[in-house]
Amino acid sequence: MSETSAKKRQDWIAGMRVMLPLLPGAVPFGMITGAVTADAQFTALQGIGQSIIVFAGAAQLASTQLIADAAPLAVVILTGLVINLRFAMYGTSLGPHFGSLSTGKRALIAYLMTDQAYALSITRYMSDAEMTPMAKFRYYMGGAAAMWFVWTAATAAGYFLGNKVPASWSLDFFVPLSFLALIVPNIRDRATATAALAGGGTAVAAWSLPFNIGLFAAALCGIAAGYAVEVAAGRRATRSEGER
Amino acid sequence: MSSYAFIWLSILAIGAGTFLLRFTFLQLAGRVVLPHAVTRALRFLPAAVLSAIILPAILRTGQGTLYFGLDNPRLIAGALAALVAWTTRSVIATLVAGMGSLWVLQAMF
Repeated sequence: MSETSAKKRQDWIAGMRVMLPLLPGAVPFGMITGAVTADAQFTALQGIGQSIIVFAGAAQLASTQLIADAAPLAVVILTGLVINLRFAMYGTSLGPHFGSLSTGKRALIAYLMTDQAYALSITRYMSDAEMTPMAKFRYYMGGAAAMWFVWTAATAAGYFLGNKVPASWSLDFFVPLSFLALIVPNIRDRATATAALAGGGTAVAAWSLPFNIGLFAAALCGIAAGYAVEVAAGRRATRSEGER
Repeated sequence: MSSYAFIWLSILAIGAGTFLLRFTFLQLAGRVVLPHAVTRALRFLPAAVLSAIILPAILRTGQGTLYFGLDNPRLIAGALAALVAWTTRSVIATLVAGMGSLWVLQAMF
C-alpha cells in the first residue's frame, strides 16, 4: 500500500466537499420527516431510530404518513420498499467500481446509499478512470457520512422542535441545483442527452403517480431511450464503414 | 397490536428490506461480470435519474403542483442555473446563480 495517509484524507475531504451544497436541502426535509413522526405518536427513540435504521427520507415520510392514517402494516412496508426500488439500480451501477473491496465495506456503502451519494460518486467515477477502488470508497464515504450526520440530526431536531426552517428560504432548491451542476458536464453525446430528456420528461408526466413510481419509470425510460440512440448511431457507423 | 409495536415492526421491516435492495445488487454487480449490454445501458442511469429528480423539483410550486408558466420563479432560476452550469461547469457558480436569482425573483413577485 503506497498510498499515504495525506492522500487518504484528501479523498475523504474531496467527497465531503462535493456533498456540502447538498446538505442544506436535507435540513428542511429532515425536519419535516422528524416532525411528522412526532405527530404520528412515535417515541423519540422510534423517530430517531427510523432515520438510523431506514435512512431513506422519502420512504420514511411516506410510511409515517400511512401509519398516521392507520393503514395496514403490509401496505406501510410495501410502500416504503417500492419507494426504495431505485437503490437496486444504483447498486448495480456502483457495484463494478467496488469489485475488489471487502463485503464489510460494501455493506457500509449500501447502508449509506442515497440519491446524493450515488450522484456525486458515479459522476466522479465516470470522469476519472484513474481512481483506485479504495480511493473511490473513501470519496464515497466522505460525502455519504456527512449526509448521514446531517440527516440524523435534522430528523431528531424536527422530532423535538418541528420544522423551523421557513419555506420562503427555499433551501430545498439546493437539491436540483447541485444535481444540475453534477450532470450537465457529464452530458457529452447525443445518447446521454436523450437519456436526460426522456428521464426528465417521464418524471414530469408521471408526477402524480404515488410511491416514487415516476422516478423509477423515468430511470427505465431514460436508459431505454439513451441505449436506443446509441445502438442506432452504432448501426449507422457500421453501415457507412461497410460502404467505404 | 399496540401502535408502539406496529411502529417498530414497520421500521425494522422497511429498514431490512431497504438494506437488501441497496446491498444485493451492489454485491452481485461487484462479484459477477455484468453482460456488456447491461453495462452499456447503465451508463445512462445517472443522466436519466438525475434529470428525473431535477425537472419536477424545478417546476414545483409552493402548493406542491407542477407549473410550466414563465412566472414560476423556480423555472426561471433553474433555467439560468442550467445555463451557468453549461458554460462554467462550476458547482459554486451554478448554486450562486440559481439560489441568488430565486431569492431575488421571490422578493420581486
